[in-house]
This record gives sequence, C-alpha cells and structure tokens, in this order.
Amino acid sequence: MTQPLLSVKDLVIEFPTRDGPLTAVDGVSFDLAAGEILGVVGESGAGKSLTGSAIMGLLDPPGRIASGEIWLGSQRIDNLAEEDMRAIRGKRIGMVFQDPLTSLNPLYTIAQQLIETIRTHIKINESDARKRAIGLLDDVGIPAASRRIDDYPYQFSGGMRQRVVIALALAAEPELVIADEPTTALDVSVQAQIIDVLKEQCTERGASIILITHDMGVIAETANRVAVMYSGRIAEIGPVRDIIKNASHPYTKGLMGSIPTLAQADDRLTQIPGSMPRLTDIPAGCAFNPRCEQVFDKCRTERPFLVPNATCEVACWLYDEAAVKEGKK
Amino acid sequence: MTAAFADFLASDFFYKFRRSPVAIGAFIVTAILVLSALFAPIIATQNPFDPGSLNLMNGFSKPGIANDFTGETFFLGTDDQGRDIFSTILYGLRVSLFVGFSAVMFAMVLGATLGLIAGYTGGRTDTIIMRIADIQLTFPAILVALLIFGIAKGITPPSYRDEVAIWVLIIAIGLSDWVQFARVVRGATLVERNKEYVQAAKLIGRSPFSIMIKHILPNTLGPVLVIATISLALAIIAEATLSFLGVGAPPTQPSLGTLISIGQRFLFSGEWWILFYPALTLLALALSVNLLGDWLRDALNPKLK
Amino acid sequence: MLAYIIRRIFQSIFVLLMVGLVAFSMFRFVGDPVENLLGQERTQADIERVREQLGLNDPFAVQYMNFLGRAVTGDFGVSYRQGREVSTILAERAPATLELAGVSAMLAIIFGVGLGVFTAIRRDGFMANFIMTTSLIGVSLPTFLIGILLIYVFAVELGWLPSFGRGEVVQLGWWSTGFLTESGLRAIILPAITLGLYQMTLIMRLVRAEMLEVLRTDYIKFARARGLSKRAINFGHALKNTMVPVITVTGLQIGSIIAFAIITETVFQWPGVGLLFINAIQFVDIPVMAAYLMLISVMFVLINLIVDLLYFAIDPRLSADSSSREH
Repeated sequence: MTQPLLSVKDLVIEFPTRDGPLTAVDGVSFDLAAGEILGVVGESGAGKSLTGSAIMGLLDPPGRIASGEIWLGSQRIDNLAEEDMRAIRGKRIGMVFQDPLTSLNPLYTIAQQLIETIRTHIKINESDARKRAIGLLDDVGIPAASRRIDDYPYQFSGGMRQRVVIALALAAEPELVIADEPTTALDVSVQAQIIDVLKEQCTERGASIILITHDMGVIAETANRVAVMYSGRIAEIGPVRDIIKNASHPYTKGLMGSIPTLAQADDRLTQIPGSMPRLTDIPAGCAFNPRCEQVFDKCRTERPFLVPNATCEVACWLYDEAAVKEGKK
Repeated sequence: MTAAFADFLASDFFYKFRRSPVAIGAFIVTAILVLSALFAPIIATQNPFDPGSLNLMNGFSKPGIANDFTGETFFLGTDDQGRDIFSTILYGLRVSLFVGFSAVMFAMVLGATLGLIAGYTGGRTDTIIMRIADIQLTFPAILVALLIFGIAKGITPPSYRDEVAIWVLIIAIGLSDWVQFARVVRGATLVERNKEYVQAAKLIGRSPFSIMIKHILPNTLGPVLVIATISLALAIIAEATLSFLGVGAPPTQPSLGTLISIGQRFLFSGEWWILFYPALTLLALALSVNLLGDWLRDALNPKLK
Repeated sequence: MLAYIIRRIFQSIFVLLMVGLVAFSMFRFVGDPVENLLGQERTQADIERVREQLGLNDPFAVQYMNFLGRAVTGDFGVSYRQGREVSTILAERAPATLELAGVSAMLAIIFGVGLGVFTAIRRDGFMANFIMTTSLIGVSLPTFLIGILLIYVFAVELGWLPSFGRGEVVQLGWWSTGFLTESGLRAIILPAITLGLYQMTLIMRLVRAEMLEVLRTDYIKFARARGLSKRAINFGHALKNTMVPVITVTGLQIGSIIAFAIITETVFQWPGVGLLFINAIQFVDIPVMAAYLMLISVMFVLINLIVDLLYFAIDPRLSADSSSREH
C-alpha cells in the first residue's frame, strides 16, 4: 500500500480542568489517501471539529494534544514548532470554516485577503498574485470576478462569501482541505452548490478533503469514505456506500435510520433514545452502551477498539466473536 | 445573630467575597479609613484647627524624631504651624469622606429621580432629560464640577463663601455625576412600565408610580450599588482635585486634597512628610474603594466576566 | 453617508447652542455685569447708560442672539479681572495648552496602543501582567499626585528637568511655541507625561480588551488557518479591527485631555488656558469662564466630528451605498 497523504494515529485531545483533564477526543486513528474525500460525521460535541483543528495545529487553548501522532506524508506535524506549522497551514492544508459571515475580515477587500494569502506562500509579485486571485474567484464561481475582487466581504451574500472562503483555502494549492461544517450556516438553497464547488475544485487540483459535518446526506453525495464519531471516538469507518447500505455499529444504524432520504419511504424515521453523554460522564466500556439496544455485559466494562469487518472497521463488541459467545453464555 | 445576618453569611455573595483576597484587603483598608474618620476627635492627638492647641515651636518636626526645641515627638511629623500631620490627616479624611459620600448620595437621588421620571413619562420629558445627560456626558466631570463651583461662587455673597463651600462642593460633584444613575433607573423603568401589574394598578385607580418604585428600586439595587461605589472613588478623587486646585474645601476645613496642596509648598525645601502622608492616605482610599467597586461589578454581574 | 454627516453637524450645532445658553446665562445672571464694569463709584445715569450699551434692557432672546453673534466673531467682552479683551487673553494662552495637549495625546496614543497590543498578545506573560497591575494603580492615582511625584523625582531629587513654567518660547506670528528652544522642550516633558498618563492607561486597557476580543474571532482563526505570519495577523488583521471601537473612546479622551489640562497646568504653573480658567473661577471672572466654556465645547464638537469621519475611513461597511449590496 502506498503511503497515505494524512495519517492520524491514536489522537487524544484533552482539556485540563480543576477536576482533572477531560478527554474530548480519545484514540482517534484514520488514514487518508491522496485525492480521497473523507466524511467525518457525528453529533455536536463528538470531537469531529476538534480533530480537524488538531490536524491544522489550531486547537484553542487550553485544549491540547495529549498523545498520538499526526503525519502529513512522511512528515510528523503534531509536534512542529509554530513557525514550521505555519508554513504548512494554507500551503499544504487549507481550511474552510463554518460561518462565511465571520470568517472573512470585514475591513479588507477580497483582493487584499486573497493576495496576502497567495504571497505568503508563493513567491510572486503583486500583479501576478492578483491575476491568480481573479482566476481562483472564477474557478469557485464568482461572476464578474475581476470587478468583484475589490469589493468588501459585506458586499457579498452568504453563499458567495463561502465561495470566497473556498478560494482562500485553495489559494496556495494545498494537498488537503479540511472543511468544517462548510454549509451549516448557509441557506438550504445554496448548500448543494457550495458542496459541488468544493468537491469539483479540490478534485481538479487533486486535493483530498476532510468534510466535517453532522449531515449524513451531504456525505452520502460527496465522500468516498466516512468516519462516524461518537463521544470523541470513531465508532465505524469505511466506504460511504457500504456504511449506508450496511451499517454495522448500532449507533451508525440509528444514524442512518434518522435520515429521511435514505430511510424506506413507508418507514417512520427512527430515533435513537437518549443523547450523547457529556464529556464529564462518559460511561466505562463502550461510550454508546447506555443507549444501545443490543448492549451486553462486556460493553459496560471494556472499551471496544476498531476491528476490520468486511470492507469497514467497526468498534463494537457485537463483531468480536469471542466476546459475543462469552456474552451470550 | 439575627436571621438576616445568618442568611447573608450563607449567601453566594458572601462566599465570593471570602474567596477574594483583593476584596477582603480593599474592604479592610476602606473600613479602617472610614472608622478613623468617624472617630477622628477621639484618635487624634490634637485638634489641628484649634489654634489654642498648637505650638509654633513644634513646626517642621520630622516624623518619629523628637523636636529640637520642645522635645515632643510626632509619629508622622508636623507642618509649618506645628500641626500634627497624623491629626490633620484624620480630620482631612473626615472632610474627604463626608464630601464623597454626600456627593454620591446626592447624585444617586437626583439621578434615580430623573431616570424614573424620564422612563415613566416618556415622550418629550424623556427626550429633554436624556439629551441633557448626553451633552453633559460629553464633558469630563471635573470640568462640569468646576463650572458649577464657579457659578455657585458667583451667586453667593463673599462673606458666606467659606461657610457654604463644602455644600457647594457636594452639589458640584453630585451634579457632575448623576447621569449614570439616571440611565440605569430609566432602563429598569422602561422595562417595568408596560408590565401588567402597572396597568392593573392604573385600572383600580392606585398610583402606578408608587407601585413602580417598589418594584423598580429592588431591580436596580445591584447596578446602582456598583455605580455608587465606583462613583465614590471618583468623587473622592474629584474632591481632592478641586481642593488641590484651590476651589474646594476652605482652609478652615481642609480635606486631603487641601493638605496635599499645602504640602506641595514644602516639597522643595525637603519637608516631604507634609505632602507624603496625606497623599498616601488619599491613594489608599481611592485605590481600595476602586478595587471594591471593581470586585462588586464582577460579583454582581457574572455575565460581564 | 452624506446624510449622516449632515445630521451629525446639526447635532453638533445644537450642542453648541445649548452650551452657549449656559455660558450666556452665566454671563447674564451670575453677579451683576454692570457692577463689575463700573466699580464702586457710579451714578444711576451711568448704570442706565451701561445697561443700554450692553443691551441688558433687551428681551432675553434678543440678548442671547446678540451674545451668540458676538461669540461667533470671537468677541467675549472684557475680563473683569484683567480689564483686557477676553479673546486677546485666550489667543495668548491657547498655544501653550494646545502644544501640551498635543504632545500628551501623542504620548497617550502611541504608548496606549503599543502597550495595549503588547499586553493582549503576551496575555499571560510576566511583563504583560506587571503592566496591567501597574495600570490599575495608575487609574486610581489622581493626576495632580502624578504631577507632584514626577516633580519630586525629576526636578527636586534628580534636578534633571524644570518643575514649572514653559521655558523660553519663540513667537511665530501670534503663536508662541516652546518646541524651538531647548528649555522649552525640557519644560514640556513632565507636564506632558502627567497629562497623558491617565489617558494612556485608559487607551491601553481598552485596546487590550478589544484586541483580546478580536483575537478570538473566526476571521483571525481563518487568517491563522491560511498560514499568515503572526506579524500580519496581529498588526494587520487584529489591530485594524481593534481600532474601530478604540477610535471613539480615544477621540473623547483627547477632548478630555484639553479639559484635564486645567489640573496639570496648575501643578506645573503652565501658562495655558486651563490655568487661566482656574484663576477666573477663583475671582469669578465670568467673561473668561464663559469664553473658556465655549472654546472647549467647540474643540470637543470638532473632535467628535473628526472621529466620525475617521470611522468612515476605517470601516467600509459604514460608507456603504446599500444599492451595491448583492443578495
């Protein structure tokens, strides 16, 4: 197997508190191949955005990486000095944030922000950078880009601003784009367009995408693989098609059952009873055990780790034959 | 121990207070200064403004060192007239605190009344009151106070000027500081005005005004207390500044500011203690009241933190 | 944008009219202007003549309009105490105050913004904490005490700088400047620090608070995610956004500097309009008080207008022509 573009190994993110550290992301591992689109799905608080921030080296203090490794190609990036990490941000990994209304600096024109970003990473002069900026705006579908480039962010609608944000993320041709809930703050009518632009532009440039969202529908249409996160852990990871058709983890099954477009037409939408535990009281064993219909003793005492299951990997004792036998006794 | 006091000791407020060394320190310093001012005649070794108790031979005694002529020792030294600095500070503190407290009380009553009227009547009255407040707020309080002082001086006959000086000072500082109180009370009044109980009171023919006061005042107690504490620090500084500028307390009733202004004259000749101790007292007072105000604001408004 | 500015100008004029009313009322009702002009030996005929001359027999509104008319041309009458034209006295004194206020404002802004940014970026550093704690004491310290302290240290103990006055001045037309002589420059140092320190502390605390707020925003995080340098983020993106709210307060603070100059000028016996005003209050010299009040108000109003215009220069959203907005 060729070397993955990105490799996250056993990532643990903690927040120190008076009563000891809270573990917000607990032992997350996954690989991402060049050009691949990985969807990361989960409820809010499941640790998906934190994982994205950790890869960028932008965890907000006091959050910190307690253990684990992050590799970009053959370079380990989780322990880089700030100045070295800065050279990777924007240049090798681009990022798209949730709210385009707040992610652009209101006091600078689009041109200023694009040109500044381009020239930070690529050695070209001002006018070449400007040409490049206009090209980028064209690519992401801003009409009359050469004229609109000198406008301020407030002069664009939300959807247009998110296109600008994508252009900014792609400004230095990164190998990986992390998109953190890129459509959540937008009108439903433009959500699909933004996802299309993101996918199309990244694919053209051969860039991989980590698409963080709570919207399984978006992932179904966009991603190659999907990682389902629950309480800071990956519950299941595998090709999108297989997981949608044939989810293994009880939580994933519940999640699929709650999607209108994917559920059977005559079926009622199913709902998982209860809610995700808070960080302060994650149960022992499998974090999902209090809500799981198929729970047995082992789930309450021992944490399941990812094990291969057909084309996917799943962290559930139901797929460990020894545990099932023991449990059924 | 009464029940109310027990409630207070168990309250969240008191708990926060116990946990803050800064607040405790500021409270202790403030309390000591206020108590020394209250009991000045008992604590002071002499009444520095009774000429009969002064001995000119004691002039310029250094702090803690026996005077060459009389052999008397003064803990903080004496000034040119032989006044004991420790005693003058106690009496000066009395004047400073009296003016500060009275000015804040005056500003509070005036501001609350105008705020209540503005909020309750609305319309043109409201516009006029709040516009005056806005304009006044454009100018620094010290300028407003100076101006009021000047006008008051102009309309009082010269022979009465020293007698009324303290009251003029109180009014001048109070008038320069009512706006914040008015704003808070007006805001609370606007909220209450349209509530059902006020409408109901109108219907049954009771004065909505007195009912509103009963409801509004408790609601504004917290913010008003915070503003009052911070205003007290500002008023004490304002009083000291005006007295230092020679337009405040009269020489017969010197405040800390007057003492500092007198002390400044002796700075060049090396009698530093005449200036230093009053200045230190003023700083301790202003700083501790300021810190108390800061702490109160954080304690009563957890949202702001 | 134009409509807004015109509205602001009208508001400013309204403020000036109100202040004018206060000044005029002082002039008219505090003390007796006739008595002040004529002194003890006077006849009933003299009094009537002066009353007519001063227009004191006209209706109040007419007198007020006349007062405003004269004020616009700079005519505030004659000082009771000095017996000279108030406008002449003010013109003599104004350069001293303006030079002092200008230097103080520059010190306050440069150090206030600089230290504010420093303490925000190095939020938990030892130096930043030290500066913040010191500034709290600075806020509680009355201006005149700072002045006295500086005099004691630098004039009395060290003997480096003069403790009072303006030093030698040079006349440039009607403007007397202390900037061109060594003694003038040395004389302005202590008063300028005294006057600027309090404002500096306020600006510093405000800049720090605003900057910390801005550094938490999404666009700063996005700027970091784009790999921009710390320098570009802190001094380009963050500082510019910090300046929007800071400008208002700073503008008002500069206005206050001119008013607070009263205190500093008294401590350092600086021959400016502030010292003039204090003396006028002590002697109830109403024409000088009224003129000072008007002068200060005009400066305040002008500063406020300039602050408004600066807003437009910094924040593009305000000068927006709403029709160009796309939705």
